[in-house]
Amino acid sequence: MARFLLRRLINYVALCLVATFLAFTLAALTFNPVGKLMERNPPPPQSVIDAKRAELHLDEPIPTRFVLWLGGAVVGDFGKTTQNQSVSDELPRRIGVSLRLFLLGTTVGIALGVVLGVAGAIRQYKFSDYFATLFSFVILSTPVFLLGLLLKYGALQLNTAAGAQLLVFTGETSPGFQGSFGAALLDRVQHLILPTLTIALGQIAYYSRYQRSAMLDVLGSDFLRTAQAKGLTRRRALFKHGLRTALVPMATLFAFGFGLLITGGTFTERIFGWYGMGDWLVYGIEQDDTNITATVTLFVAVLVLISGWLSDVFYALLDPRVRLR
Amino acid sequence: MTMIDTDVLADPGLPPGPGDALLEVSDLEVSFPSEDGRVSAVRGISYQVAPGEVLGIVGESGSGKSVSSLAVMGLLPPSAKISGSIRLRGQELLGLSDTELSRIRGRKIAMVFQDPLSALTPVYTVGDQIAEALLVHGGRSITAKAAAKRAVELLDLVGIPNAVDRVKAFPHEFSGGMRQRAVIAMAIANDPDLIIADEPTTALDVTVQAQVLEVLKTAQEVTGAGIVLITHDLGVVAGTADRVVVMYAGKAVETGTVDEIFAAPRMPYTLGLLGSIPRLDIGRGQPLVPIEGQPPSLVALPPGCPFGPRCPLHVDACDQAEPELLVAPGPTGDHRAACIRTAVLADAEAQGGVLAAEVFDAHVVESPVVDAVPRTDREVVLGVNELVKHYPVRAGGIFRRTVGTVRAVDGVTFDVRAGETLGLVGESGCGKSTTILEILGLEPPMGGTVQVLGSDTAALSKADRKRIRRDMQIVFQDPMASLDPRLPVRDLIAEPLEVQGFSKQHIAERVPELMRLVGLRSEQINRYPGEFSGGQRQRICIARALALEPKVLVLDEPVSALDVSIQAGVLNLLDELKARLGLAYLFVAHDLSVVRHIADRVAVMYLGKIVEIGAVDEMFAAPQHPYTQALLSAIPVPDPEVERRRERILLQGDMPSPANPPSGCRFRTRCPLFLTLDADRQARCIGEEPPRAAAQPAQRGMSVVDHEAACHWARIKTVV
Amino acid sequence: MTTTDVGAGTHVPSGGGAPVEVPLGTPTNETEGITRGRLVLRRFLRNRLALVGLLTLVLLYALSLLSPLFAPWAYNEYDYTAFLQPPSPSHWFGTSQIGEDVFAQTMRGLQKSLTIGLLTGLISIIIASLVGASAGYFGGWVDRGLMWVVDLLLVLPSFLIIAVISPALRGSSWILFVLLLGVFAWMITARILRGMTMTLREREFVKAAKFMGAPSSLIIRRHILPNMASLMIIDVTITVGATILLETGLSYFGFGVQPPDVSLGTLIRDGSNAAVTTPWLFLFAGGLLVISVLAVNFVGDGLRDALDPNSRGGRRRSKSGRKTKKVPTS
Repeated sequence: MARFLLRRLINYVALCLVATFLAFTLAALTFNPVGKLMERNPPPPQSVIDAKRAELHLDEPIPTRFVLWLGGAVVGDFGKTTQNQSVSDELPRRIGVSLRLFLLGTTVGIALGVVLGVAGAIRQYKFSDYFATLFSFVILSTPVFLLGLLLKYGALQLNTAAGAQLLVFTGETSPGFQGSFGAALLDRVQHLILPTLTIALGQIAYYSRYQRSAMLDVLGSDFLRTAQAKGLTRRRALFKHGLRTALVPMATLFAFGFGLLITGGTFTERIFGWYGMGDWLVYGIEQDDTNITATVTLFVAVLVLISGWLSDVFYALLDPRVRLR
Repeated sequence: MTMIDTDVLADPGLPPGPGDALLEVSDLEVSFPSEDGRVSAVRGISYQVAPGEVLGIVGESGSGKSVSSLAVMGLLPPSAKISGSIRLRGQELLGLSDTELSRIRGRKIAMVFQDPLSALTPVYTVGDQIAEALLVHGGRSITAKAAAKRAVELLDLVGIPNAVDRVKAFPHEFSGGMRQRAVIAMAIANDPDLIIADEPTTALDVTVQAQVLEVLKTAQEVTGAGIVLITHDLGVVAGTADRVVVMYAGKAVETGTVDEIFAAPRMPYTLGLLGSIPRLDIGRGQPLVPIEGQPPSLVALPPGCPFGPRCPLHVDACDQAEPELLVAPGPTGDHRAACIRTAVLADAEAQGGVLAAEVFDAHVVESPVVDAVPRTDREVVLGVNELVKHYPVRAGGIFRRTVGTVRAVDGVTFDVRAGETLGLVGESGCGKSTTILEILGLEPPMGGTVQVLGSDTAALSKADRKRIRRDMQIVFQDPMASLDPRLPVRDLIAEPLEVQGFSKQHIAERVPELMRLVGLRSEQINRYPGEFSGGQRQRICIARALALEPKVLVLDEPVSALDVSIQAGVLNLLDELKARLGLAYLFVAHDLSVVRHIADRVAVMYLGKIVEIGAVDEMFAAPQHPYTQALLSAIPVPDPEVERRRERILLQGDMPSPANPPSGCRFRTRCPLFLTLDADRQARCIGEEPPRAAAQPAQRGMSVVDHEAACHWARIKTVV
Repeated sequence: MTTTDVGAGTHVPSGGGAPVEVPLGTPTNETEGITRGRLVLRRFLRNRLALVGLLTLVLLYALSLLSPLFAPWAYNEYDYTAFLQPPSPSHWFGTSQIGEDVFAQTMRGLQKSLTIGLLTGLISIIIASLVGASAGYFGGWVDRGLMWVVDLLLVLPSFLIIAVISPALRGSSWILFVLLLGVFAWMITARILRGMTMTLREREFVKAAKFMGAPSSLIIRRHILPNMASLMIIDVTITVGATILLETGLSYFGFGVQPPDVSLGTLIRDGSNAAVTTPWLFLFAGGLLVISVLAVNFVGDGLRDALDPNSRGGRRRSKSGRKTKKVPTS
């Protein structure tokens, strides 16, 4: 079991490195950070441009640049931005912002998604099932940025109707906010609700569909019939034998869900003015900044890696057939 | 065992009166919605089960036998419409709520399902699942600890060795037979009054089937429960049931005591069914009765007898109204049949199989001419010598490594000569399928040699291989799976011809010819496999295999996926084709009675080796290897009188893993003979692998020509 | 990066069945005289939502293509008399800051988004079936190599890669953008098709073909691909829906469709700055976007139900082993 997980971990790390290398190469090939410098009026002298190129190691072959960057990254130095600021200084703050958003959104999404999916399966073809299905479909057909916009729009109507700033949709905290711990917490919560909802809604819709499928599969299974034949009521058999088994395939989905989340998170951060990793990625690409892009890619890959590995662990915990490998 | 409730142990000999019935089902009807309309799966069935009685419900797939028993359990899906009455000791069960039913299920009525592999929840231990059955009905009177202890006792009772440790195992660590035992343990946990066993042994190997039936018998002795045994296998019924209900198209068509049904069937369907089963104790000379056609669709049944269109005794009056289940003349007065022509059967001179053959006009296929030529003078069409196939067992994701070797085929030697049929027999996992796949692959084998019509597969060019494929074709077990559902019959049968590059014109002529050869109408050429019945599909497969005029046909369990009545037709066809075309068959099967009917020679495989091989009559009359003897004795004979006389050799446990076979004789871990040997002799079994040696003659003085067994202490034991 | 072949990612699951286990064309309850095609059509037509979805999709696409014939303004015309006007009889969806007609623009964007989605679906299924079928059929190193690539591309969210590459595509045709989307949209489908091929490879009709001497390419063409067609159709619809979402997302950030071309994504971005005061700038585009994707998803779901009769209610599997009796058909 431990060996199995260890092997998977090694596989993930290898994937992670190659993925980062690819992203770095792609970025280095397509970006032209000195382009902005050259567009200046009057154009800077060639020596300045050359100096900038040397500073950004643009004159060296890409693999060398990658090794250079990776060497730094291993000891916590992710290089400098094109604006000559340290990537490492900015990194922890950005990660903190993103993780707060992602973890909360995912937790809410998984929990409610599973509940909704199970309810839908048990009440298959009843009104509530149709309603849940329709809800999921509509959410899954709505891009995150539109969902965010609509929530923002709705919150504004709500605030106007209530005559108070109930929900805040810009930033993590109110700028320059001073107050007691309780008031600070409330302020944070007010800022947190909309972005979390934006992320969670998609996840709820996504997981509930799968949970419903998995549960329906289990509903027709022989072992559920055996449990009932033993004398369990249908409800009890469903929860004790059905749900427990239907959760097994869900474990592998959580990794995929995380991949989806990162894209969604980017939009959410942008729309609600949270300066997290997703926002940084867009900024990095806009600024033709290879180091930022590579760093964010590494972060994304590590996140997918961790969630993938965690889902392996969950899978092993949930399913005795894997546990014994 | 403290659970024995002596009060419910009733005398099974008495016919059930109306008052003391344990279970009384009357006019039960069940229907389901479907694509084409409502399917009337059960159309008014009535039966009773007395305490301690074993009632066998027999029928082919789609006859409604499982549905009727699920209705008793209240486990039908909500879409099912149920009417009639189901009474358990007088209490009406239909209409009870789920909560009320849940108090009865598992406590008064227990059920054993068909597929043990999926009947247990994969994520809980076997012990927990058995204990749950106790806890859910025990209320406060039983603690979790006590329930866990009982679970061990119950597992022990159903014959799981080392039960104390095995309760902690998960279902996937159990073999099929062990899981079925665990399900039975669960079923008897609360000492039920009635056990419904729905095809409890269908998914199991014969030797395991014998074990499980024995456990079921023990369970009945311990609980004194009445048993409803649902099965398609008349042999199983003959050996276990007291009374029998024969179902057809959702209705009971004949009921009576087991002796009445088997000795004097009064409904042509029952008669045909009995005549269609190849019998272990008769062999070649038995004409197999095919029942033409297929069961009717249950969506919109026309009036009249549903068996009418397939019945040889059909007269116009049969189409007027569906016949009632009426008393047929007999000693008990409880023998009933739903047929207006009962009298014709009752008046017939002949009895049993002879009568069936007469009524259904079945004949024994003439032996082919090649039989006249001595075996040793005929050409070897397929020669397999010391064939070896080992699989590596791998583990791990990206860095896969070999952790062991499965010795699937470990030195197999046999030959098939022109015009003869070799039956290759063994239980699942013995390596028989791997053997034929290795042969058909035409690749150089891992060890040993394979010769097809004189060419060694180790030295074949690509062109040679293609040429040899013409001479050796295969028919698979599942005709649905072996026909691409997206191609019409024409393309299916033409495929081998196209691959071998025959002209379009030749193909256009050959396909209808082949269809006629296997008894299909050539108008059906544009139909898709989904539109054919199982038997017809298998005929398409045979036609396809014959397209290239092969000399050897490998038949991989060609009839085991078919219902018995259809199986007979396919077997007759194979017999006929062999005689007409002079084919040689390598017939792989697990069912020895089918092999006895069709084969000239038999090879019995166990754990990758052939333990006994020889001419079919000699082998069945005088089996020498303890495994062959056990295998033969485990197969039920559809005759209650014979069954009562027979002694069953029960094997211990399951077949060991081919990844780790026992030393010396591979069978010694389960061998009943081994247990009777003294230490010196046992040591030889453990240390030395028995070679295949000429067997002793069946009768003193007879010279044995074609019979070999691989046992140090081989001795004849007649078991059929 | 994944332990199993569970179809996931952008896939919208169906009413019942797990996405991988579409039965390989063996509906057990097929009645006599009905071919599979007719049966599928009948089931699909009975699914009202799917029918509505299909109809909506066809109508929307037709509308977006034909709108220049009847709309009062073209997408590249400017009405200098009307800046930032709400919907009116002359400008059905209102106008933008610089006097563009929002209706014409939205139709133009809808057309582009749908076209991109459909084309990408096509590209992705071609790559996916090639990769999936070869990996599954040949196994061994072919399989491991291809699946490693799939895993790698799955670790990198396609959004990120396309965003990184797209600046280099600035100024070139949107077809290149479609190719790029297609190249990053096939992995999950390929994984599912691989899993399916592996099951099909063990199926007896494939073995039978092999024992007849049929070459691998013929077997894949004749037996494997046609038997996966149902899943491929379903997956195309799912990919189309997902691609439209991805494309609009990228365009929203400016990494997708470049001016002067418009897509629903660029329209929503342009309109979202003043979302509160001039909602018509993004609401129509947003609404049509949701409706289109919803319609695509309904069609996919309906197809799945029609092609996979087991996705509804209790699943009945036929085992290839001994005879198994099925409930409730027995």
